[in-house]
Amino acid sequence: MKQNYWRSNLKILSILISVWFIVSFGFGIIWSDFLDQFQIGGFKLGFWFAQQGSIYFFVLLVFVYIHLMNKLDKKYKNDSEGDH
Amino acid sequence: MDTQVLTYIFVGLSFALYIGIAIWSRASSTNEFYIAGKGVHPIANGMATAADWMSAASFISMAGLIAFLGKDGSVYLMGWTGGYVLLALLLAPYLRKFGQYTVPDFIGARYYSNAARLVAVICLIFVSFTYVAGQMRGVGIVFSRFLEVDINLGVIIGMCIVFFYAVLGGMKGITYTQVAQYCVLIFAYLVPAIFISILMTGNPIPQLGFGDTLVNSDVYLLDKLDKVTTELGFNAYTENTKSNIDIFCITAALMFGTAGLPHVIVRFFTVPKVSDARKSAGYALIFIAILYSTAPAVSAFARMNFIDSVQEVQYKEAPSWFKNWENIGLIAWKDKNNDELIQYSSGNALEGLKPNFNNGRGLSGERLVNNNPDLTNSNEVYIDRDIMVLANPEIAQLPGWVVALVAAGALAAALSTAAGLLLVISASISHDLLKKTFMPQITEKQELFYARCSAAVAIFIAGLFGIYPPGFVAQVVAFAFGLAAATIFPALLMGIFYKRLNKEGAIAGMLSGLVITSAYIIYYKFININLNSADNWFLGISPEGFGFIGMIINFAVALIVSYFFSKPPDDVYHMIDKIREP
Repeated sequence: MKQNYWRSNLKILSILISVWFIVSFGFGIIWSDFLDQFQIGGFKLGFWFAQQGSIYFFVLLVFVYIHLMNKLDKKYKNDSEGDH
Repeated sequence: MDTQVLTYIFVGLSFALYIGIAIWSRASSTNEFYIAGKGVHPIANGMATAADWMSAASFISMAGLIAFLGKDGSVYLMGWTGGYVLLALLLAPYLRKFGQYTVPDFIGARYYSNAARLVAVICLIFVSFTYVAGQMRGVGIVFSRFLEVDINLGVIIGMCIVFFYAVLGGMKGITYTQVAQYCVLIFAYLVPAIFISILMTGNPIPQLGFGDTLVNSDVYLLDKLDKVTTELGFNAYTENTKSNIDIFCITAALMFGTAGLPHVIVRFFTVPKVSDARKSAGYALIFIAILYSTAPAVSAFARMNFIDSVQEVQYKEAPSWFKNWENIGLIAWKDKNNDELIQYSSGNALEGLKPNFNNGRGLSGERLVNNNPDLTNSNEVYIDRDIMVLANPEIAQLPGWVVALVAAGALAAALSTAAGLLLVISASISHDLLKKTFMPQITEKQELFYARCSAAVAIFIAGLFGIYPPGFVAQVVAFAFGLAAATIFPALLMGIFYKRLNKEGAIAGMLSGLVITSAYIIYYKFININLNSADNWFLGISPEGFGFIGMIINFAVALIVSYFFSKPPDDVYHMIDKIREP
């Protein structure tokens, strides 16, 4: 039971950390020059990810994490209460 | 009223507020002193964390650095916010669940060893003091420029204020003062940014404004900035100059380093429940992102305005902010071609790192310097990057109360971080060194007394740093992050996610990360400064980014050494199981 909880936790973490890596190190650095050929408003896309977009995604990621973990906690707390 | 009087009023009022809060919420037990009795609401804790996190470096220096670095400056934006995600996802909830007072507490218990605890304490004190030195320089700059008091007197005033609420209030006092400081600093950061954004682009939201067109034209601000900077011989503003691998490593070192900064981690020990630790991490990141997403806009505006207001202007007609900052020695002008006009372009204006002023005045009334002009280029202006945010409202000719507000905001940012760091230092001395290692017999009351004493001593030493600033503040900042990344972060991460890691592995890992990272930074920053360029670096990685390599070495050494020694005892396994439960 506890192991399932930990496994789900690791799954959530690995997905979120991958997104974290892609929006910052990926879009902001590695593929940044490539993305610069696209433009949104006055921003080149790679520049926007490096100085703005990555930060917005970070905020989003933390809130997705809070939401998923609260759900997970609730599920396992209810289960363990059911056991007793 | 003139700006000077307004500044005194704003700074005075904000200081009175901080002291008032400190008296109202002073600590009476070690629990309240170290972790505010675990009774802080997540939103309040989020604001306090944000104030703790955003130092004088974030408020004063960062936007100025980005203004001159252009896209290269993104490392700070991504590094300091991205590290926060790691902290919130990988460390904070588990450390809260562990439920003790300090970071060395966790390392000592998890690796069942006082030696591991000691290594952690040493890294922690080193990182914290490096960081405090930077805050005190920030306080000094603000006081000397805006209140026109002696820098030393300014630092002493700052020390007294911090002493008052950190020593009396402990974590509880600091937390509530930081909530007030966050409000002051974010208001002070946003007001000028919004004003300038409206003036330049007509868009009231700075985050959108710097991607907008300039007023009365259909040219985008960033395109204009690219054009102007290339014309003056700089790299285009929106393009990198550093290699991708170096940018990657610097960003990574800053990220993993910030995630290992003890004064921020300890924040998550102050909320009532684990779910609250997650929630308050979320709020804190929103509060941080408000400033960090505004910063690059401020940078672009500042660079544009700076060039516009000084380029080809006669020195005698130069705006007053130019001369004010010249008077305290953070701007210098050398008329290389004797035409009495200010010419700004790429390259160093003077030989040597910093201008060395004498008391004389030149033909146009400028301050004379002893440095020889650097004749390999035509740039005539030396400008210290730290002044851009502070000078920005004046450059954009905003009203005096905005200038006063920025001064109060900068002090809030510096003092809040300094207080948080001092508390971590005092807790690690009274709790980790005395109570847990050398004097386990002391009572709680004595421990609280020692905590207050060590906070007082730490403030005194930090003040000395401010009055006699070590010339190497900028160099040692690379150190603070590099070491936090190479020592504290891996020990915490593996402590939670890898049960098999034993004390031998952890200690060997921390020590190898510590030694290799320090050796690389000391070699290029202090011993062989001439060799400090991309051609000589290992894989083209600068000392600022080497903490990332140190971190990888730490992981590798820890895993290998661990394999050769016996498993951790059963109670450690139980402890890890416990922090992993819902």
